[in-house]
Amino acid sequence: MSSAVISPAETQTRSVFLLMKVGVVPRLVIVCAVLAVLLFVAMTYAVSIGTTEIPRPDVANALLQYAGLDRGVDESSPTYMAVTIVRLPGVMMAALVGAALACAGAVMQGLFRNPLADPGIVGVSAGASLGVVLAITQTEAITDLWRLHNGPLKDALWRIPVTAFVGAMLSALTVYILSLQRGRTNIAALLLAGGALNSVLGAIISVLLLRAGDMTQIRTVLSWLVGSLEGRGWDYFHVAKWPIMASTVLMLLYARDLNLLAIGEENAQALGVNVPRVRLILLALSCVMTAAAVSFVGAISFVGLVVPHMLRLIIGPDHRVLLPASLIGGAAFLVLADGISRSIIAPEKLEVGIVTALVGGPFFLLLLWRNRRQIAVF
Amino acid sequence: MSSLLTATSVSYARDGNDILRDASLTIAPGELVGLIGPNGAGKSTLLKVVSGLWSGAQGDIRLLEKPLSRYSPREIARVIAQVPQITTLDFPFTVQQVVLMGRNPHLSRFQLETAQDRGIVERALERTQTGELAHRLIGTLSGGERQRVLLARALTQQPRLLLLDEPTANLDIQHQIAIFELVTGLICEDNLGAVAAIHDLELAARFCDRLVLLHQGTVLAQGAPADVLTAAHIRAAYGVEAQPYSDPITGHLRLSILGNGHLE
Repeated sequence: MSSAVISPAETQTRSVFLLMKVGVVPRLVIVCAVLAVLLFVAMTYAVSIGTTEIPRPDVANALLQYAGLDRGVDESSPTYMAVTIVRLPGVMMAALVGAALACAGAVMQGLFRNPLADPGIVGVSAGASLGVVLAITQTEAITDLWRLHNGPLKDALWRIPVTAFVGAMLSALTVYILSLQRGRTNIAALLLAGGALNSVLGAIISVLLLRAGDMTQIRTVLSWLVGSLEGRGWDYFHVAKWPIMASTVLMLLYARDLNLLAIGEENAQALGVNVPRVRLILLALSCVMTAAAVSFVGAISFVGLVVPHMLRLIIGPDHRVLLPASLIGGAAFLVLADGISRSIIAPEKLEVGIVTALVGGPFFLLLLWRNRRQIAVF
Repeated sequence: MSSLLTATSVSYARDGNDILRDASLTIAPGELVGLIGPNGAGKSTLLKVVSGLWSGAQGDIRLLEKPLSRYSPREIARVIAQVPQITTLDFPFTVQQVVLMGRNPHLSRFQLETAQDRGIVERALERTQTGELAHRLIGTLSGGERQRVLLARALTQQPRLLLLDEPTANLDIQHQIAIFELVTGLICEDNLGAVAAIHDLELAARFCDRLVLLHQGTVLAQGAPADVLTAAHIRAAYGVEAQPYSDPITGHLRLSILGNGHLE
C-alpha cells in the first residue's frame, strides 16, 4: 500500500466524536444547549397531545410563560390552565423519570465497565415491581404489616410508590451484601447475584399474579410493570424530584472518578481514587435515583440503556459531559415517548414503557449495526 | 541522598499463600532499580504492595520517610506514578483525555483542569513524542505507542517515583529499547526514582543501575547488574545453567543460556 494513500484503517483511528478537540466546558455548554432545545420541542409536542389537541405555538408560549418568561399569555385562559394544570404534570414526570433513568444508566455502565449494565442489573426494578404487585394484590397484608390503616399508605396513591421504593432498596441491599468479599464489592458476584435475584423476584411476581383473582388488579399490575405515566400528577413530581435531584448533584461531583474507573480500577486507584468508597457511593446513588423513578411510574425499560449509549456514540465517553447530557437527553426521550404513547392509538393510550421498548429497541439495534466497529472498541 | 521509598522486610499473603516473605527494597532519586526473577517470584506483588494498591502487607514501608499507611490514595498518587503492564483502555477516550487523567491527584472534586494542567499535559506528550497522537483513540494505538502514552500520563502526575510493571512486555525489540531509553532519560532529567519489574534479564542489565533478584517472594540477591546476574544466582532462581559474558560489540552484559539445570 502506498504511504501517500490514507488507508481505511487510518481514518478509523481518528477520533470520531463531535467536538472532541474542544475543551470540556464549551463542549458541555453546546451539547446541553442543543439537548435542551430538543427537550423543549419534545415537551411542546407531548403537551399538545390529548383529547383535544392544543396548537403547538400556544403550548410553547404557555410553557415559556410558566417557566417565568413573559409571553403575554392570559394566565386564566382555558388553554393556559389546560397546559399547566392538566397536561404539564404528566409530561414533567416523564422528563424527571427519563432524566433519572438515563443518568443512573450512564453511571452504572461506567462503574461496571459494562455497556449492558443498567440499574435493573442490581435488582432495583425487580424489587420495585414486587413492591407494586404486593401493594396491589396483597393490600390487606401490606397495610396490616405497617399498621398504617389511617396513615398516608391507606391511599393507593402513596401505598404503591412507597412499597415499590422499599422493595427496590431492599433488593439492591440484598444484592450488595451478597457481593461483599472481604469488605469489598466483587463486581462479578454483584452481577450474578443481581441476575439470580431478578429471576427469584420474577417468579414470585408471577405466582402472585396468577393467584390474584381479580382481573382489574392484574391489569393495574401489568400497567405498572411495563411503566405508565397515566395520572401521575404534581403530587408525585414534587416528592420524586428530591431524591433524584440530590443524587444528580452528587453524581456530577464524581464524574471525573467515573472516567478513571472506566479505564480500570487499578488505574483509578493508582491515580488517587479511593475505589471501594467511590464505587459504593455511586452504586447507592444510582439505586436511590432509579428506585425513586420506577416507584412512581413502574419499570420503564430501555431508557437507562439506550440514551447513554446513543449519546456516547455522538459525544464520547467523558462522564463530565455524558452525565448532564444523559439527564437532558433522557428527559427528552421519555417525554417524546410519552407523547407518542398518547397519540399513536388515540383516543386509547398505550403504556409509555411499551413505546420506549418498541421505538427505542429497533432504533438502538440500528445504531448498533451502523456503529458496530465503535462498539467493538467500547 | 535520602531514599524516596524504603520497604523493610515486607511480607504479603493472599488466600493463605505467602507471595512475599521478608522482602526489602529501597529506591533513591535518580536511579532505575530492576526487579527480576522468574514468574511468580513476587515482582508485580511487590510493586502493588509498595504503592499501596494492595493493602494488608506486614513490614515497614516508608514513602518520603513517612509510613505508607498514613497516606490516602490521592496523596500516594502525587508521589508515585505507575505505568501498568496490561490495561483495559478500551473505553473510547482520546490520548489527550487519558493523559489529562494524570492530573487527577492534584485536582479537588470541585475543580476543572486549568490551562496550567493542559500545559503540563502538552509538555508530557512532547517529552514522550506522543504529541501527534493527542486526538487518537487510546484503543487504536499500537503497544509501543500505548506505553509511551501511559508514560506521559505518569509524567503529568509530577511524581517523585515511577513504578513500571513489565513496561516492555509484548513489545518488539526496537520499542523495548526506545521505551527504556526514554525512561532513563526522564529519570535523569527530573531526578526521579524508578523501579521496574522486568522479564528480560539482558534488558534489565543494560538499563538498570541496580537489580533486585526475587525468588519465591524473597530477595535472593541485589546490587550492580554484574553482581546479581551470576551463574550461581541464575541457577538458584531459574534452575538453568547460564554463563554471563560481556558483549564483544556493545560491552553490555549478556547471558549464554547453556541448558536446563535440572537435566544436567
